[in-house]
Parts: sequence; structure tokens; C-alpha cells
Amino acid sequence: MIESNVLISVEGLKKYFPITQGILIQREIGAVKAVDDISFKIFKGETLGLVGESGCGKTTSGRTLLQLYKPTAGHVYFNDIDLTTTDARTLRQLRRKLQMIFQDPYASLNPRWTISQIVGESLRVHKILIGKKAQNERVSELLELVQLDPSHLNRYPHEFSGGQRQRIGVARALASEPDFIVCDEPISALDVSIQAQIVNLLEDLQSKFNLTYLFIAHDLSMVRHICNRVAVMYLGVIVESGERDELYDHPQHPYTKALLSAVPIPDPKATRARQRIILEGDVPSPANPPSGCKFHPRCPIAGDECKIIDPEWREISPNHWIACHKV
Amino acid sequence: MAHLLEVHDLKVQFKTLAGFVQAVNGVSFNLDKGKTLGIVGESGCGKSVTVLSIMRLIEEPPGEISNGVVLFEGNDLLKMEIEAMQEIRGKEIAMIFQDPMTSLNPVLTIGKQISEAIILHKKVSKEEAIDQTVKLLEMVGIPLAKERYNDYPHQFSGGMRQRVMIAMGLSCNPSLLIADEPTTALDVTIQAQIVELTKSLQSQFDMSVIWITHDLGVVAEIADNIIVMYAGYIVEEANIYTIFENPVHPYTKALLKSLPRVDSHRYDRLEIIPGSPPDCIDLTVGCPFVPRCPYAIDRCADEHPPLELIEDEHKVACWVMGASGSHND
Repeated sequence: MIESNVLISVEGLKKYFPITQGILIQREIGAVKAVDDISFKIFKGETLGLVGESGCGKTTSGRTLLQLYKPTAGHVYFNDIDLTTTDARTLRQLRRKLQMIFQDPYASLNPRWTISQIVGESLRVHKILIGKKAQNERVSELLELVQLDPSHLNRYPHEFSGGQRQRIGVARALASEPDFIVCDEPISALDVSIQAQIVNLLEDLQSKFNLTYLFIAHDLSMVRHICNRVAVMYLGVIVESGERDELYDHPQHPYTKALLSAVPIPDPKATRARQRIILEGDVPSPANPPSGCKFHPRCPIAGDECKIIDPEWREISPNHWIACHKV
Repeated sequence: MAHLLEVHDLKVQFKTLAGFVQAVNGVSFNLDKGKTLGIVGESGCGKSVTVLSIMRLIEEPPGEISNGVVLFEGNDLLKMEIEAMQEIRGKEIAMIFQDPMTSLNPVLTIGKQISEAIILHKKVSKEEAIDQTVKLLEMVGIPLAKERYNDYPHQFSGGMRQRVMIAMGLSCNPSLLIADEPTTALDVTIQAQIVELTKSLQSQFDMSVIWITHDLGVVAEIADNIIVMYAGYIVEEANIYTIFENPVHPYTKALLKSLPRVDSHRYDRLEIIPGSPPDCIDLTVGCPFVPRCPYAIDRCADEHPPLELIEDEHKVACWVMGASGSHND
């Protein structure tokens, strides 16, 4: 792809959270390396999936990318503007174009605000529309977009079901006409029969408004369905990325292989016939990650160099990137 | 041969300020020795309440088991004295819960929590109980089991805590293990470990398992038979292969179609089930799926369809697709 199609470019992004000790005088005694040097690009109009197990840093990556956390190191370019160095005023204006949909539709909506206040917040904050009437008209329009009844704009979040609340979250993200949305596990808290509704809605909105998504999830089946490209994270680093079919059909990294083989398939014959790779043990703590390749203590094919040397991030076939000594 | 567990017409309701929540509305099923039954459904469909009723763990009030018979090895658990029930709980029927963090006592060591049940049910000495506990922890794959006996739950990871729960459940060699969404809070690689562990322990001890989940992928791996629940009713019951190859109830069909598969190249639009599941307050007389069902006829709204046999070991509750359905005429 040509570089001009790049919407978001992340370079060497790191986010460490300090671990402190002491009550009055707090000393830093270590750091949780939640995101430890990741780089990727997101092209206009595509959906990039970020997958991995809990604690691997995928949510922190999304939030640091949007500058909701101040990065420890690295750069994030949005249309060639470096978000990490730009002044607060410009960043605030750019936030209109960078939105987020959250995981928990119960916790992410203020229970004391009406739907009109929640969805219209960015219209007020960014002074996109002045006057209550104009704002309410726009909110009604947005509610219709996400297939909610526009006459419900004076209701409160508790009057809606989980799936409806997630639609409100989507409407809120759309209010400022963004170019880019970070969808942070937008369907994991929903019932199975509701998940497909929200996924279809996100796909419809994407083609309608030419949106670009970073889709963070741990449901690998859904990620394959919705994403064009997928990046796999483990313990703060990206271990493999590629086009969805290439990555799912020909995974190369031992972690990606194990992760994919652990996903249950809703088909008893297929799921019982296949060879599974069962990983030993748990994900180590990001406060004290293993040396060398971070996956080596659980890796079935790890060798001596894996314990010492950090594997290089390299392209093994067009658009298929991997960090592993053994492949 | 008699079944290990027989549940007949179980009805459970809860009194709330908004009215009676009819959580379970006449559920019947059997479970044979050594078999695994998967109970599948979305949140609020009554799957957890069903098994909590079997264990007599429903708080009354507000809950009430208003009807039903639960025969375990021939004895009706619902009529049993509390003391007799306590003998069965943990010893004959063990349960593991969804969230291993909240179901372990944070101020007692792991070892103490497991050996407690062994001392209570097996009437052995403390030393003997400690020995058995360490063996159990080794069996479920806790490294350095002896050293970790005196650790507290917070020192274990989520997957390890769930292993501890399983060790606790198995401590008295139960003939029935009830697992209520045991892997929902866990990552897929850890889920795979727990599923494999349960399968191997099951064949080792000839144990029956009831596995509750909302994940059709997990039941496909572990269950022999499956029950699909919706709004407190069983809508379909069948052998695991039948339900995936030949689903009959519109809800089961739609649910299976709405799931993308990790090994599939088809990226067309997902099929959706419109609307959302009902809350079970003041359920109508008819089929609860009517508002979301593409095949519904007039009769569906007026009369509740019974769960009827349509072929060998395959039962469906539907006026249109079921045994008496016009669809099959």
C-alpha cells in the first residue's frame, strides 16, 4: 500500500506504569511494562484487530495511542501530525477526529445523564453545534443511525438493555464525526445474540462514513470476521501481524499457533478432530517480564538464544510480520 | 439402568419489587453416569438457577422452588433434610463457580480450604487430609504443590485459582460435578487447559458433569448432550452432534448462524437475532421467543409449546418446527 493511505502510524510506543513504595515519601521501585515498544500502521478505511490475552497490554495500547495515557516513549502520527508532541490546544481539536467505544456499556455511561446529554457531550465540548435545539436534532439523528428510537433522548441509561447501551456508546463516538475509532472490546460484555447486532452496526457505519477502526478484542473468531489485518500481542509486545487470512490460515509464531488452536469451534466434529497446542503455565507478570523473547518460558520450541536475545521484528512474506528466532 | 440425576418439571421463581421473576419454568432432564451435559443459554435464561436448585442453594425467600422433583441416585433432593443435604453437597455433588476470585475465601490458605472439606466429609485425620490435598493440587497441575499449600488465593493467577476450585470440587470424589461457567472469566489458552483437565479427570473418576456456558464452542468440545435454554424454558435438547448438524428450534438455529468461526473464510454479514432476551417478569402464556422469531404463527403467542420428541434423543419445544409443527407435515 502507498504511504499516503496511512491514517495512524505508531512508532516505538511504550507505556510503563510506575510501582511505588512508601506512604509519605513514595519511591519508584519498578515499573509495569504494559506496552513495551510497539510499532504499527493503520490504513484509511481498514479495521486493524489487536488481539491477545488479558493483561497483554492491548487496552493500554489503545488508550496510549489516543493520548488518554501519556506515553513513556514513542510517537503516534495521525495524518502526519505527531500526537505525542503537539500542543494541548491542537490535540484537543484533533480529539474530535479520534474517538473510542468502551467495553462495559454499564460503566461507561454516566447514570445521572440523559441520553441527549451523553451523546451530545462532544457537540457541546467542541462547540460543534450551538443551542439546545440544534444539538437535540443532531442527537436524534445519531440515535437513528444506531437504530435506536430518537424519541428516547430524554431517558436515562438504566432504561436501556446492554445492547442498546452499547449503541448509545457508538452514537456518542460518532457525534463529533470522527475519522478513527478505537473499539475496546465493544462486544465482550454482551449476550451472544446481541454481539452480531453490534458487529453488523459497526460494519455498516464504517462503510457509510469511511471510518477506520482499531478493534481490540480477545474473541478471535469475531476479530477474523470484522478485521482486515490482525496484530497479536503478548506481554506488551506485538509478536505477529498480517492480513487476516494469512495470519489465521498460516500462523507462524508459536504463540499465535497456540492461541488459535485454543479457540473453541462451534462444531463438535471439527473441534474434536483437530490437534491442539496446550500452553503450559500462565502469562508472566509485566512488572518482571522474562529476558530475551518474552514468550520463551511457555514456548514449545524455544532455544538458548530465545532466553537472551530479543527477537527482531521482520517481514517474512509481504505484510506478514513476526518476532521470533525460530521461524 | 436408572439415571444418576433426574430432574422433573422444576419451577423456580423469585419475588422482587417488580413482581415474580419466573426464572425456571418447568425444566426436566436426565443425566447418566460418566456423561457430560452442556446447558447453554444467554444471561438470565435460568441455567444457573436450575443447577443452584439441584444443589438447594437458592435463598428462600426471595427465591422459591415452587414445583419439581430432583432425583439423585433415586433420592429426591428437594425433600431432603438440611443435614442430609449437607452430606451430599461437596461429597456426592460438587460445584465450581464462574469467578474463582470471589468463590475462594481470601483470608484462608488454599490448603486449609481444600482440607476442610476432606476432614468434614471423609472423617480423616488432619495429617491425612493435608496429604490428600497436596496430591489433589498436584493432580490439577499446581507446580510445587507442597510449598503452595500455605499460600493465599491472591498469590495465585486466575487459571490457577480455577484449578484450585476444581481440586476442591474433586476432593471427595463426587459422582456429579457441576461447573457453572468455569472458564468464562479465563483466557482462551487457560480455558483450553481447564477443559482438557476436566476431561481427563472425568474419565479417571467416571464422574458425570453438568457444564453451564454461553459459549457454544466450549460445549462442542466437552459435552455428550446439550440443553438449550431460553427464558427459563428448555427449547431444545439433543445429542451434541445432532444439535450442531441439525438444529431445529429457531432460537438454536439463529444462535448458531450468528457465530463467526475462527476457521472460516466466509465474511458475509452475520445473521442476527433481532431484539433482546426477555426479562422473566410476567412472561406471557405463549412461547417466550415469539417477539424475536421469524417463523412465529398465531398459536405461538397463545399457547406455550411443550418439549416434544422429534427423533431419537432429540426434543424441541416449538409449534412450527417441533413434533406437532405444520412445518413437518
